[in-house]
Amino acid sequence: MDLRKREKEMKRGDIRVAIVRMEGTNCEEEMHRAFQKSGARPEMVHLKELASGRKHLEDYQCLMFPGGFSAGDYVRSGAIFASRLKSTMGGDLTRYVERGYPVGGVCNGFQVLVELGLLPALQGTLAEAPEAALATNDSGRFECRPTYIRHASPCAFTHRIPRGQVRQMPVAHGEGKLSFPPERQPRILDQLEENGQIVFRYTDPRGHPAGYPWNPSGTPGGITGICNPQGNVFGMMPHPERVYDPWTHQDWTRVPRREGDGRAVFESVLTYIEKKF
Amino acid sequence: MLLEVTIRLKKGVADPEGANTLKTLRLLGFSTLQEVKSLKTWRIEVDTRDPGEARRQAEEMCRRLLANPVIQDYEIRTLDGG
Repeated sequence: MDLRKREKEMKRGDIRVAIVRMEGTNCEEEMHRAFQKSGARPEMVHLKELASGRKHLEDYQCLMFPGGFSAGDYVRSGAIFASRLKSTMGGDLTRYVERGYPVGGVCNGFQVLVELGLLPALQGTLAEAPEAALATNDSGRFECRPTYIRHASPCAFTHRIPRGQVRQMPVAHGEGKLSFPPERQPRILDQLEENGQIVFRYTDPRGHPAGYPWNPSGTPGGITGICNPQGNVFGMMPHPERVYDPWTHQDWTRVPRREGDGRAVFESVLTYIEKKF
Repeated sequence: MLLEVTIRLKKGVADPEGANTLKTLRLLGFSTLQEVKSLKTWRIEVDTRDPGEARRQAEEMCRRLLANPVIQDYEIRTLDGG
């Protein structure tokens, strides 16, 4: 990720962010608001507007998939959204990512990126079939509460967060356990680590690795945020947009914060765009 | 042509839904219960009389949407004599 200062940087207010939605998407309002409060120009963009050519990917400097849910999350979470994206604009998405534009997904958005094959992208930009899955939580339950996550490795969406820092962000999902083919999982996890693709891991409040309930899904190694090898496609299960401001943290009356723990995700990606495009 | 597509978790993949159902059924007194696994079944009708073509279409559906090959296997069965 080359973020050396260019002669002329893009202005924050000129950055157009597409918040991509379809039938049954939710949490897009919070995502929109987070980018707006950071000074960018977010816009709700329906999948059909992109597929029909009424709106064009190249008019946006960032794509965000919100979460939530989509299409009732029938079949598997994010699967319907991903299959429609792939069949209508898979080629355009590949070119968009290869040009270095950032693509992010939160919760259902992360599930969409995994089902789509844009993450973890071990064999190329867009895998023909999914390379991973976000499987049902070990608890068998929908887990909805604050979690602690440690920043393991920076990407376009997190480079403003010091490596190793622990942040508090809420989760709300039933399927968040990052899974790979069982026989190859240990080798793939090593590969992700070596590539610097593991961005966030669940921890206890002091930043130590911990099992349930600190790790709400049973995801291996507490992995809850990954990026592609280039660092411009990123997905995470916790919701940074829900803690953009300090007063939406559940402990806001007890813990003083200058800004919400999620804000740095939006500041990071907008800084990345300012310097790169 | 009518087909039945069954999606099941691959061997070695955790099945919390099955495990929790097993636990509950045991609590309900089904003491001889050995194992419970969760499956998903789709009944699909395609407008062709050719069983080979119907199966080909169902396989394509599994590849493109119904199954994630990382954690799931699928099985296709024709239901009306195909």
